[in-house]
Amino acid sequence: MAFESLTNKLQETFKKLKGKGKLNEKDVKSAMREVKLALLEADVNYKVVKEFVSKVSERAIGSEVMESLTPGQQVIKIVNEELVSLMGNDESGINFSKTPPTKILLVGLQGAGKTTMAGKLGQYLSKQGKKPLLAACDVYRPAAIKQLQVVASQLKLPSFTMGDKNDPVDIARASVSYAVKNNNDVVIIDTAGRLQIDQDMMNEIVNIKDAVEPEEILLVVDSMTGQDAVNVAEAFNEKLDITGVILTKLDGDSRGGAALSVRSVTGKPIKFAGVGEKLTDIEVFHPDRMASRILGMGDVLSLIEKAQETIDEKKALELSKKMIKQEFTFDDFLDQMNQVKKMGSLNDLMAMIPGIDKSMLKDVKIDDKEIAHIEAIIKSMTKEERKNPLLLKNGSRKKRIALGSGTKIQEVNKVIKQFEEGQKMMKQFSGMMKKPGKGKLKLPFSWK
Amino acid sequence: MSKEKKFFSKLLSGLSKTRYTVTSRVEELLKLSGSINDELYDELEEILITSDLGVKSTTEIIDKLKSKVKEEKINNPSEVKDVLKGIICDILEESENKPYVKFPMIILVVGVNGVGKTTTIGKLASKFKNEGKKVLLAAGDTFRAAAIDQLSIWGNDIGVDVIKQHEGSDPAAVIYDAMQAAKSRKVDVLICDTAGRLHNKKNLMDELKKINRIIEREYPDSFKETLLVLDAATGQNAVNQAREFKEACDITGIVLTKLDGTAKGGIVVAIKEELGMPIKYIGVGEGIDDLQEFDPSSFVEALFGDVK
Repeated sequence: MAFESLTNKLQETFKKLKGKGKLNEKDVKSAMREVKLALLEADVNYKVVKEFVSKVSERAIGSEVMESLTPGQQVIKIVNEELVSLMGNDESGINFSKTPPTKILLVGLQGAGKTTMAGKLGQYLSKQGKKPLLAACDVYRPAAIKQLQVVASQLKLPSFTMGDKNDPVDIARASVSYAVKNNNDVVIIDTAGRLQIDQDMMNEIVNIKDAVEPEEILLVVDSMTGQDAVNVAEAFNEKLDITGVILTKLDGDSRGGAALSVRSVTGKPIKFAGVGEKLTDIEVFHPDRMASRILGMGDVLSLIEKAQETIDEKKALELSKKMIKQEFTFDDFLDQMNQVKKMGSLNDLMAMIPGIDKSMLKDVKIDDKEIAHIEAIIKSMTKEERKNPLLLKNGSRKKRIALGSGTKIQEVNKVIKQFEEGQKMMKQFSGMMKKPGKGKLKLPFSWK
Repeated sequence: MSKEKKFFSKLLSGLSKTRYTVTSRVEELLKLSGSINDELYDELEEILITSDLGVKSTTEIIDKLKSKVKEEKINNPSEVKDVLKGIICDILEESENKPYVKFPMIILVVGVNGVGKTTTIGKLASKFKNEGKKVLLAAGDTFRAAAIDQLSIWGNDIGVDVIKQHEGSDPAAVIYDAMQAAKSRKVDVLICDTAGRLHNKKNLMDELKKINRIIEREYPDSFKETLLVLDAATGQNAVNQAREFKEACDITGIVLTKLDGTAKGGIVVAIKEELGMPIKYIGVGEGIDDLQEFDPSSFVEALFGDVK
């Protein structure tokens, strides 16, 4: 699949970008190429991608690579931060009018999911203690009015209709008076789907807006929309000055780049998302989650996050110093394992590391249970033994350790062997790492 | 206005300002630059990407264009665009696109939510009725509120019967009933509506498989057509849609709807390339006669905004 090949390409890029202190132009350029492809594959609009990439490149060039990250990861980290900030950092809800009823106008193309969303939004608001009224202003599509009525009755919410022979502007206006009379503090106005280039229909929606002066004008956008999302959003925003966006069908498997396109051309917040077939399947929109979905590098991102959270920078530095002096002891071994443990399941973690081929991992089965045994064994050693592994050549010491840790001598032998391998690897590493702490993942846990 | 003219004028009215600026930039480049340069290729690439062809197809097509230009020793930049159009046309034309029709016929219409399945069925029913065929509709979307009413209104307007049960009933049962009715009433064309479903919902796709099995079992001597309805505004996800629906019910053709907007529907090029799925019809409006047989060359002309 396209997505997998993309991840592979990224890993290739990461391989090329290793162990440098600052991001240079070349690093950024090659990583950005992949980012650009990722965004285009996610349906982010071409122009939006171009602008975004050039802006982020500027910020990335010359920035310091974090201790625990590779330069490639550092670029992705910056890209993600910029994506999140572009999507908007906070969740935003409905702005209610001080003098009820609050009028919410739903607009959009045909088939975006306005009528279903009218129901979902009504359900959501009634759960918050509001008394919403659903108003049916789509007089064009056959049975659209009936659809809204059925949805409303399923939710036990009132609906307002005047049939399909009346002007939608009049229906909208009348629905507001009806709400006032019936103590409905919110009116959700469902409108017909319309193309943004249909002048008559666009004038109609402007007239509805002028007639009811809604507090919220929400553009309903199908999350599977491609490049055209910008044209649609631009036109609706220009005509109506929308207050926000609702993203529908997000329970599909599209990457949802339209969200970024729409956000970037309108600057308006995405407020809600439709996430399922049921009328309760509505969520407040989370910009940060969407950013990583669009970027499609969730695995890389979570690795970055975990690495940032859990690797104790100081300890890493100490360790690398020890590695150079080749004073790696069982205590360090244990310490290292504890740090790794904090990062979650080892197998998951290994699989997340860019550059690690998943087929390679088949032979390197790391059992989390095994880790617990290793820990027990090391803890059963005396301080002396931990510092001086040579003492463990002695059989009776091994026997004591096995007893103390509730394991067998064979297992103790295995740990000692693993440790020795680790030590060997350290030596190799220290040769490579003349300058400690420059963007390498300092976790040599590839025991066989 | 002739039908053809009407189609062109619809497509023409659907061309956005953006499209014009993009193409006119290409025209400018073609006029100004005496040679075929990277900038020209970049502009052409942008047209394809912004028409939703996707990165992969676009790259392949531009590569093909470059080697063709080299091979055929083309020096005149103004010829480049025609070569490009030819390449895309070839992809779309590769196999038989004309709807192949035999009666009695059963058409199963499937797709994700909101693409225009029910509207397309109305248009198809009207088309066949106008050709003098006896048409029957099956209201197989028993899930969405008032979907049955929506189809019934179309049926009423066109003057064709609709086989239906109540909302929430088993769609396979509705379609089973419709097939029995089609046989006994000697219907030429039975068109079955289905509920919109996202292609990544296993249970809903299984339901579709079941419907498909029943059609094959109960009506084996009919000519079977399974049409996937795609919204022209859909981006790269359409490829996933096509792949999953093909797996569930063996799609025989695509109906590309909402081409009267600014979306170009370029993703069908990628789908044709990857899955060999032909496009049979396009939807260009909400009216009953706004359904056209797919014509690759006008589609490609519209892609570049060159409707004459």
